[in-house]
Amino acid sequence: MIVEAALIGLAAGAVSGMLGVGGGILFVPALVLVLGLSQVDGEATSLLAILPVAIVGTWRQQRYGNVRLVEGLLMGALAAAGTVGGVALVNVLPAHVVKIGFAVLLLFTAFQMIRRALVPDAEPKPEEAGS
Amino acid sequence: MPRVSRNRRLELLGIGTAAGVFSGLFGVGGGMIMVPLLILWLGYDERTATGTSLAAIIVISAIGATTQAFYGNLHVDDGLLVGIPAVGGVLLGTWLQQRVSMRVISGLFALLLTALAVELVLA
Repeated sequence: MIVEAALIGLAAGAVSGMLGVGGGILFVPALVLVLGLSQVDGEATSLLAILPVAIVGTWRQQRYGNVRLVEGLLMGALAAAGTVGGVALVNVLPAHVVKIGFAVLLLFTAFQMIRRALVPDAEPKPEEAGS
Repeated sequence: MPRVSRNRRLELLGIGTAAGVFSGLFGVGGGMIMVPLLILWLGYDERTATGTSLAAIIVISAIGATTQAFYGNLHVDDGLLVGIPAVGGVLLGTWLQQRVSMRVISGLFALLLTALAVELVLA
């Protein structure tokens, strides 16, 4: 079980590195289905797991010159009210509503990924060649 | 923040607020909201959008995790169990991104997400 959770964590990090997301879409199912947390506890703990991933991911992207650091950190700080509001909301919603909402999010993301898979790869940009 | 105009601050506030609500509700970083909006609304290129989104996610996930801690929902040991291997995964992912077809990755990822959605609802 511990090995399985660690492997999903590894996969979440790899997805984060490839797609530029936090990896929560895999952390939450890993925490709920493999480690047995409740849906809300899984989502809470996912946010903690995302933190080191985002720090290392930003550092890597910064080296490739892909980060507008001031605007990114400012956007994160300006998101504070929304984030606290979202957390407050998830703590009062019925658990099954949260779970079904998350399942819809998974399916929507899968749909987006399928669309992406059906489109031929774009030509690599010049700055990607050596990175 | 002398280099960020008032107008741009308002735009970042709008995108950040939407991403923050999404992040709090679903326990994700909010990158799925920020990346498309940065590209379509603010005219970022794709790679700069993903990089800048990750910087915002540092702050958003820190605020979200802290708020959840006040509710007593945080399992620090489990978070480290998936979060620490994920740091290795990020390094692997950025390396792979240069070498593997994004179409194959996207297709496999879609299959995985669909299976997880089914399992989550049935569990």
